[in-house]
Amino acid sequence: MLDDSEGYVTTDGRKIGGVVMEMKNITLRFGGVVAIKDISFDIREGEIRAIIGPNGAGKSSMLNVISGFYVPQEGEVWFRGAKRPPMKPYEVARQGIARTFQNIALFEGMTVLDNVMTGRLTQMSQNIFTQALWKGKAEKEEVENREMAEKIIDFLEIQRIRKTPVSRLPYGLKKRVELARALVAEPKLLLLDEPMAGMNVEEKEDMSRFILDVNDEFGTTIALIEHDMGVVMDLSDRVVVMDYGKKIGDGTPDEVRRNQDVIDAYLGVAHD
Amino acid sequence: MPEQLIFAMEVTLNGLMAGVLYALVALGFVLIFKASGIFNFAQGVMALFAAMTLVGIMDGQVPFSHLINAIFGTDLHHFGWHIPALLAIVLTTGVMVGLAWCVQQFVMRHLVNQPPIILFMATIGLAYFLEGLSDLMWGSEIKNLDVGLPQGINLWIDEVTFNIFGYGFFIDNLDIVATIIAALLVVSLMAFSQYTKEGRAMRAVADDHQAALSVGISLNFIWVLVWSLAGFVALVAGIMWGTKSGVQFSLSLIALKALPVLMLGGFTSIPGAIVGGLIIGVGEQLFEFAIGAPYFGGATQNWFAYVLALIFLVFRPQGLFGEKIIERV
Repeated sequence: MLDDSEGYVTTDGRKIGGVVMEMKNITLRFGGVVAIKDISFDIREGEIRAIIGPNGAGKSSMLNVISGFYVPQEGEVWFRGAKRPPMKPYEVARQGIARTFQNIALFEGMTVLDNVMTGRLTQMSQNIFTQALWKGKAEKEEVENREMAEKIIDFLEIQRIRKTPVSRLPYGLKKRVELARALVAEPKLLLLDEPMAGMNVEEKEDMSRFILDVNDEFGTTIALIEHDMGVVMDLSDRVVVMDYGKKIGDGTPDEVRRNQDVIDAYLGVAHD
Repeated sequence: MPEQLIFAMEVTLNGLMAGVLYALVALGFVLIFKASGIFNFAQGVMALFAAMTLVGIMDGQVPFSHLINAIFGTDLHHFGWHIPALLAIVLTTGVMVGLAWCVQQFVMRHLVNQPPIILFMATIGLAYFLEGLSDLMWGSEIKNLDVGLPQGINLWIDEVTFNIFGYGFFIDNLDIVATIIAALLVVSLMAFSQYTKEGRAMRAVADDHQAALSVGISLNFIWVLVWSLAGFVALVAGIMWGTKSGVQFSLSLIALKALPVLMLGGFTSIPGAIVGGLIIGVGEQLFEFAIGAPYFGGATQNWFAYVLALIFLVFRPQGLFGEKIIERV
């Protein structure tokens, strides 16, 4: 079923499209340490793809490769049918790949609304000179950006804190603001780095709901990292499992759950 | 009204005007420090370089003429034309943008993620390099700078104050113009950072590099932009100081006066730079007038600002407007 290049249909009846992003034989080293060893997998349009694994498995490194923060020594990254040359993170972002960070990287000095508006920077065609020359056009663009920002803010239910400086918000809300900033860019691929890390049960449930809603409402392709197995299995359509920089499993949650290597990695196994 | 009080008022006004010039230099520091965490020691020399370039362009001086003549045995000094002030200012702005690009491309780009002290050392190097470059390009003699700004006593104020107090205040027209221009500059910088795409990106970079990258902002571009803005502010400061006291190498020393200004105002606040500049300007004039001259034998302006800054460092290290430093344990 998964080999079909035309996509597949999920268990809950959603249609998944063709390949958006393909990682081919990615190897990433830091000095002598191999963080990622010869990993290949793909991400398809409209799906929620998870990368899981125990701590130190290389999940975050993989996400950083996709978003351009790390450049792999070997392997190819294909995005929307074209091989991607080595790029700076901001260039990757301009291609339509938005992300959040495990440790939250928000603009602490700005309000929630301003933070979300920065997510629209990639969408703005006007610069300072054209802004001065064609005031009307620039204003129209600003209004459109504002509307999109408000739409996302409503969607993620953070209207009440729109004007609050981010530095005053609790952790869970910060995570949501970060999601809003990534989402407002209308990304072709949304990367979430441990969206549930450090949250309590209630916040985790909220976040899961938002991720599903985003995927459902906007059809956003999402790739996320988690080490909490339970959450991921409920959320994702397909799962890549990593351990010690290697891929040890890839498939639907059910397939992965039955995979002996995966069970060993998570429960530990006596090596002889 | 007692005579002493009237004199004090005049001194205060003149102090405010002097403070504006300190604030202008401090402003350049704040711009770069906010966006990149670099304390740019070269800001004062940039003002010098800008002023010298402006004079050179206006007078049609041949850049590097001494060097060229020494190598080729020629006798070039002037192109023999004069360029109107406004055009020369535009051209000099272009030169400052070019300088910003060079600084980013050849120096700062290679020092990303280095500790602040390394970056600071790099700007010290830059300061001396620029000073040498200014000398080599335009020569070291003191030059007159006249871009057509009004100078001399403001007769209107003289007359009005004379009618009220029976004593005419001496306020220089140049100081008034400097104040207006500085105010315009600050307002437009604020508007720029609040309402334009580039301004928003600049604030984003100042706040968090990683996050800025993730929303598609090129750090390199923003840093060139910031150095260009600082270069432009340096040009404005250079014009004011140059018009007032001639374009000379001691101009680069005014950068040191900006240090206490920054300690008062905070390194990250544009309003802080302005208020800090005004406080230092007024403070040193008033202190000299009321205490320095009668009791210390004068010339207290040389050290007053630093002592004030020292006191501030002890009681409010983040400055008046700076972000409070809270370290989580």
